[in-house]
Amino acid sequence: MRIEAQNISYAYRVGKPVLRDVSASVAAGEVVYLLGSNGGGKTTLLSCLAGILTPTEGHVLVDGDDIRHYAPGDRARRVGLIPQLHVPAFAYSVREIVLMGRAPHLGLFGSPRHADFEIADNALESVGLARFRDRTYTELSGGERQLVMIARGLAQQCDTLLMDEPDAHLDPHNQLRVLEIVAGLAEQGLSFVISSHTPNNALMYANRVMLIKRGRLLAFGPVGHTLTEALLSEAYDMETEVIYEELDGRRIPRAILPRRGSLR
Amino acid sequence: MRVVVQARRAARQPAWRGIGYGLLLALPILLFLVSLTLGLYGIDVSDVGRILLSPLWPNLADDIPDAAQTIVLQIRLPRVLAALLIGATLACTGTAFQGIFKNPLVDSNLLGVSSGAGFGAALMLLIKAGTLQVQLAAFAFGLLAVSLAFFGSRMYRTAPMIVLTLMGILIGSLFNSLTSLLKYVADPLDTLPAITFWLLGGLTGVTWSDIPLLALVTIAGSLFFWLIRWQFNILSLGDAEAIALGINPDRLKLMIIVVATLMSAIAVSVGGVIGWVGLVIPHAGRILVGPDHKRLIPVSLSLGAAFLLLIDNVSRTVLPSEVPLGVLTGLIGVPMLIALLRRNRTGW
Repeated sequence: MRIEAQNISYAYRVGKPVLRDVSASVAAGEVVYLLGSNGGGKTTLLSCLAGILTPTEGHVLVDGDDIRHYAPGDRARRVGLIPQLHVPAFAYSVREIVLMGRAPHLGLFGSPRHADFEIADNALESVGLARFRDRTYTELSGGERQLVMIARGLAQQCDTLLMDEPDAHLDPHNQLRVLEIVAGLAEQGLSFVISSHTPNNALMYANRVMLIKRGRLLAFGPVGHTLTEALLSEAYDMETEVIYEELDGRRIPRAILPRRGSLR
Repeated sequence: MRVVVQARRAARQPAWRGIGYGLLLALPILLFLVSLTLGLYGIDVSDVGRILLSPLWPNLADDIPDAAQTIVLQIRLPRVLAALLIGATLACTGTAFQGIFKNPLVDSNLLGVSSGAGFGAALMLLIKAGTLQVQLAAFAFGLLAVSLAFFGSRMYRTAPMIVLTLMGILIGSLFNSLTSLLKYVADPLDTLPAITFWLLGGLTGVTWSDIPLLALVTIAGSLFFWLIRWQFNILSLGDAEAIALGINPDRLKLMIIVVATLMSAIAVSVGGVIGWVGLVIPHAGRILVGPDHKRLIPVSLSLGAAFLLLIDNVSRTVLPSEVPLGVLTGLIGVPMLIALLRRNRTGW
């Protein structure tokens, strides 16, 4: 297991936990989707896995060791976080943004050298944005910025990337563009934990799915066992239908659809 | 408020960019030599060069009148050095604060260092204390103001950076009010002009005795900022991302605030309250070399030094009596900033 949450809870305020007793794990080359309603604890869970928040109870293990025992740079060489899309205060170039992924490999007094520039350029190449190198990051479209952030994660050379709602604010074409890159990188052995509000993307790209509701883990397992009508209806508090497709005598889930007027 | 600076990116050839970068860094040295020639008593550049080297080669400047030597070495040199050091301090602490507070509209006075220093100096001027006491009080109250803002903000657990900004503004206003009170009770014929003049900033009274400590703090602080210059990029992304990239933002920001405050306090204690440099120069730097702090920090140091020296030259040569620096930086800095923002297509 690359990264493992063992019974973690987190409370921003004492007595009001937003995450309760959650256990999950991510293996090498796996794409784990994290689904659940707003305020359900998805971002908090990602922050705990990234080492930004320390769980009030339980442990996060990275390669078998407690994440708290890692030096910050050491941890960042294993686990990377791609936050929700936002605009930085300064108009850095795409290459400068990707180079920031080299931070855990450089000391306090370090700055990127020739080898780091090469790593950053290769990372941009892998997400298909090599020719965007000198463009201004803040002027790119949402999909392109998401890809640049993935390139930064690649330049970080960690083995697990946590992505907070990478498909939010993107049109369907760009969602697929980002997720195809993710799937390709997962085949090469990179692990992903992706929080999302788009169960259909989980259906297409996830190996395993975590369903969270009000801070508790509702289900965790392969797509076939988690993206079911019963569990999805429970997770989102509305009636949800799963449409199947018959293929060579097997029933394969193709789409997840809510039913109008079925809010619970 | 979200502020985004869209710096125009120079699409020049790398070789030219390297030369331009080198020229930018050499600018203060050129200006330094020119500045020593300026003034009522005209001295040309070659004489200035010989006078500067005369302590090393004793006979080099024998044919130059003693008056010229005294003017260059005892009057102009300390003043020019002070302008370079204070300009560099204001600009690089401004760049540093803009980076760590993720806001291109702040400078190192954000946490109240100048407001505190202004009060300390005004207090001493009111009781007609000597220059040294004025400087000491300015330095001490500058540090006190930032400490109050910093420890005040620690009372709240959530969103410490926003609370810190708010505390800085509050403490700054408090000291500004106290300074106004002192001006109100000051003698309008005697101490009030002294306070007003000090608050406007100026390098008229600078002597060699001011230089060693100012130089030590400025050079040490600048070296620290130069060494960590690339980390400002990471810090400008925000705390969560900085942690995810393996940086400890709290510790690093605290170190930056302490160093910037020490540098600003000593600069204000020598030169008075000089506004605008810390705000304008980082923007000018971004237009010239882009937002990457790896280049922006060195360029800010160099541009800030050159800019304040230029302003001080104007201040002491253009009119028969000296124009306060704080007035000139505003008169020249504000139109400059407006022009830069226009070119810069800044979006709010």
